[in-house]
Amino acid sequence: MSKKAGQMEIIKKILRYIRKYMFFVCLSVLLAALTVALTLYVPILTGDAVDLIIDKGLVDMPGIKNIIKKIIIAMVLTAVFQWIMNAANNYITYNVIKDVRRDAFARLQKLPLKYLDGHATGDIVSRVIADVDTFADGLLMGFTQLFTGVITIIGTLFFMLMTNVPITLVVVCITPLSFVVAKFIAQSTHNMFSLQSTARGEQTSLVEEMVGNQKVVKAFHREDEVIKDFEEINERLEKYSLKAIFFSSLTNPCTRFVNSIVYAGVGVFGAFVAMSGGISVGRLSCLLSYANQYTKPFNEISGVITELQNAIVCAGRIFELIEQEPQIPDAEDARVLTDAKGIVELENVDFSYVPEKELIKDFNLHVEPGQRVAIVGPTGCGKTTVINLLMRFYDVNDGSIKVDGTDIRDITRGSLRTSYGMVLQETWLRGGTIMDNIRTGKPEATEEEVIAAAKAAHAHSFIKRLPEGYHTVITEDGGSLSQGQKQLLCIARVMLCLPPMLILDEATSSIDTRTELKIQNAFAKMMEGRTSFIVAHRLSTIREADIILVMKDGNIIEQGNHDTLLAQGGFYSELYNSQYIG
Amino acid sequence: MKKLFKYLKDYTKECILAPLFKLLEASFELFIPLVIASIVDKGISNQDTGYILKMGGILVILAIVGLVSAVTAQFFAARAAVGFAAKLRSALFGHIQGLSYTNLDKAGTSTLITRMTSDINQVQSGVNMVLRLFLRSPIIVFGAMIMAFTIDVKSALIFVVAIPLLAIVVFGVMLVTIPLYRKVQSSLDKVLGITRENLTGVRVIRAFHREAEEQEKFGDLNDTLVDLQNFVGKISAVMNPVTYVIVNGAIVLLIYTGAVQVNVGNLTQGEVVAIINYMSQILVELVKLANLIVTVTKAMACADRVAAVFEIENEVNTPAEKFISEGAEIPFLAFQNVSLKYAGAGEETLNNISFRVKKGETIGVIGGTGCGKTSLVNLIAGFYKATKGGVFVNGVDIKELPEEEIGALVGIVPQKAVLFKGTIRSNLQWGNPDATDEQLWEAITLAQAKEVVEGKDGQLDAHVAQNGKNLSGGQRQRLTIARALVKKPEILILDDSASALDYATDAKLRAALKTIEDTTTTFIVSQRASTIRHADQIIVLDDGEMAGIGTHEELLQSCEVYQEIYYSQYPKEGGAANE
Repeated sequence: MSKKAGQMEIIKKILRYIRKYMFFVCLSVLLAALTVALTLYVPILTGDAVDLIIDKGLVDMPGIKNIIKKIIIAMVLTAVFQWIMNAANNYITYNVIKDVRRDAFARLQKLPLKYLDGHATGDIVSRVIADVDTFADGLLMGFTQLFTGVITIIGTLFFMLMTNVPITLVVVCITPLSFVVAKFIAQSTHNMFSLQSTARGEQTSLVEEMVGNQKVVKAFHREDEVIKDFEEINERLEKYSLKAIFFSSLTNPCTRFVNSIVYAGVGVFGAFVAMSGGISVGRLSCLLSYANQYTKPFNEISGVITELQNAIVCAGRIFELIEQEPQIPDAEDARVLTDAKGIVELENVDFSYVPEKELIKDFNLHVEPGQRVAIVGPTGCGKTTVINLLMRFYDVNDGSIKVDGTDIRDITRGSLRTSYGMVLQETWLRGGTIMDNIRTGKPEATEEEVIAAAKAAHAHSFIKRLPEGYHTVITEDGGSLSQGQKQLLCIARVMLCLPPMLILDEATSSIDTRTELKIQNAFAKMMEGRTSFIVAHRLSTIREADIILVMKDGNIIEQGNHDTLLAQGGFYSELYNSQYIG
Repeated sequence: MKKLFKYLKDYTKECILAPLFKLLEASFELFIPLVIASIVDKGISNQDTGYILKMGGILVILAIVGLVSAVTAQFFAARAAVGFAAKLRSALFGHIQGLSYTNLDKAGTSTLITRMTSDINQVQSGVNMVLRLFLRSPIIVFGAMIMAFTIDVKSALIFVVAIPLLAIVVFGVMLVTIPLYRKVQSSLDKVLGITRENLTGVRVIRAFHREAEEQEKFGDLNDTLVDLQNFVGKISAVMNPVTYVIVNGAIVLLIYTGAVQVNVGNLTQGEVVAIINYMSQILVELVKLANLIVTVTKAMACADRVAAVFEIENEVNTPAEKFISEGAEIPFLAFQNVSLKYAGAGEETLNNISFRVKKGETIGVIGGTGCGKTSLVNLIAGFYKATKGGVFVNGVDIKELPEEEIGALVGIVPQKAVLFKGTIRSNLQWGNPDATDEQLWEAITLAQAKEVVEGKDGQLDAHVAQNGKNLSGGQRQRLTIARALVKKPEILILDDSASALDYATDAKLRAALKTIEDTTTTFIVSQRASTIRHADQIIVLDDGEMAGIGTHEELLQSCEVYQEIYYSQYPKEGGAANE
């Protein structure tokens, strides 16, 4: 697809967003027409008034008063129309932006994790925020200036033609130059804006990564090196920005130059026409002022065009996100899983993140309701992959996973996922109060329920000691809470919902054993009658499991219970025995 | 905001030249009506073709000169604005790098990121616009007024009234909208925050099936933002129509007084036309100015937000303490009645902690969740400073040591295993930029990460994604341990760094750490009794207080908290069988 066709595509998509606000667009265009007509009318009135002021004693005072009345009416109307028009333009722009952001966000909720895991957070955030902003600025400029500009041109042309045809023709012949120049500049700057956009995205990613992990940076005293990396991108960005901004800002002077030529043309040609008596001096000066008015919008329009160029580049990046292939939607007749019994079957499951690298091959597992499955293995052996599959964050490549006899691809994602209670090793909390965080899975929960859940998770005592108790506001990454405290909150979050199945990913790795022992009791109570999958290190947990999956390098190499596996004398027994060494 | 001006200092030349050339262009523009006037007065009335052509030539020359000066102005303006933004960005980034942990906690990363990116971009376009247009407008406005005075004082007085009125409107709108734009910006921050949250927490959100609620929440924030934007937009939109009314009102007055004056013979028709033209010129300038003001007010609001980050200053430490020596020997590391209270926290996180450590010892730190283990080691690393008492290295309070010195002394493996975009090598070299491959492999082997690295394509040069996303938690953790080992620090701190490791790897790791030279003092923070039981000293923390210190055997005898922890992991009956 050529670049131009690509741009047309983007513009079409933008128009689709604008369609909703057609009424305001029409209103804006109508008011623009009225405003322009009135502003063009006022100079005529002024000119008429001047014609009534001829010389000492030759002033038509009643006539002037009459004209002044007309000017005042025109002036007030213009002001009112202009204000409404501006407000309408703002309304259109901001609402389009709102719609775009809403769609982008909605798409984020539907994108497969594969996409999200594979793209830098900073890059996606900058699309939703910074790019949309630039796009908004371009759009707003486009609305406020493009309409009035075009209408002013048409209006002035009309008045000029009424006054003198040959001189108007001179104007009309020279002005296209202005377009050619503007277009040429716009084309050559498009590239530089792209470069600038890329460099900016790169910088945002770096800032996001380094500032986001500022504490690690400081711990290693890498400030200087990080600054160096930053400077490298910053210098590049400076270079591209300078080019993009400078070349795009050439549009105005260049088109203004063309205007001056037009002006000179009208002046000289008009003077010749006037000499032969074809036009009066008064008419000529009127034409000159119109010529000026006629070319001014061209300046603005070309300015708008560069701004729009930039906006289109940004819009392109947003649409790329919005149009990203979403996960396959739930089927119409997909089963809504309620009160799952907890039979989980994996049949001949094959899975890999990338086609080149085979990971899980021909994996079979049958879990009865209420059974505990422990997943063990050395670090990095792919235990979380199993969770990704059970939760359907990723789909299997081959084979099937069934819950209560139904393939999970035939169950709605929402009902499948809420049937599991999940506590991950990576604690994620959101900015907000402790209360809100625990309520994540059940916003309608009462305060008592939340406190009960926190007590069950043994989080109550530390929460109580926070400055504002349950209403303490924590920052996005949990701020000053310790890793263990965050984990307790994540457990409380699940305790509140009590779903029929559980997934615990090294869920208690950062909790001290005394507290853990207490939580284990709570967990044990919770796990009773609930099918649970536990990525575990602790022997006690593993030993009590009904099924132990031993993983290595992404594969399930052994499967069985503690006694059978120990008897096998394989990898598991090696792992088990090593625990007491050292 | 004024503080930001210093980053423009290097561009003083550009900042002067850009408006100067802009002025030049404007004054050439002012000549054009004069040339036209002489075409009319002399050329047409004398039927002088030669003169007309000559004047036409002058118009073209004026246009060329105008073009050249405008291009020059644009260039200097762009250079100043872009250069200023680049300097500002790097200064702000540098400032953020220098913020203390306490301040980073307070500021929040997502705000810092917006200020680094979109805010500075807005400031950049603001500076660019100001240099290109902002200075030109007042000069044209006042120039027109002065010209009016040369023609007729009475009419010029109308200018004297109209111009302040215009100024009041322009600045009034600015004054009202600047704080509103600031609100818009902070509302945008919230939209950014939720977007980020939904990306970082996508698994949790999907697990709880909160997609619809998140969308609703986003919708609310998005609506608030748009409502605010519309409100500010309506106020800004007042400016153009009001100035239009003022200027045209002035023109009406000029016509009326002009008519009266001409009638009594004080003025000519031509002079009235000229004065009206000057007033119109003011209107044209104001329209330009108005379009600009939105950009400038936004830029100013953003500049304030950027300046606010610069205003965050690292807190002043409490004065350094004197080391109270007991006996002749000065211990390598000592805590002396140390307490720590975080800014804004209700109570002290650490309370009156004292202990001494000899060089080469291994110290275990154990205790319940939130008991202050991490805070304790953070004090050793100097991330936070003791609010009472002192931490001493060789008898010197670390508050007196420069940050670089503490940094060189301490190697820490934080709880959260974070790696950065680049290669495995570039990540490990964070510990020591000059480390050879051999040294890197040595650290990798010690950290039990050999098979991790060997399993990757390109080994040391294997790609690491942002935040180490393409590695598992355990892989990341081992690499972060290797990163600290590459540094060969005198004090090595493992802050619960084996939590994502299985017991086997954990055991191997500890065995390996024992083999490194015995001048290294090691702090191991852990929940697992097995991890720390062989330490030379074990510090038992309970709710910020020191519940005990000693060897495993001693503590098992005397420390109730330790007993509880130990037996929770090694139940007495089962434990005996396993010993």
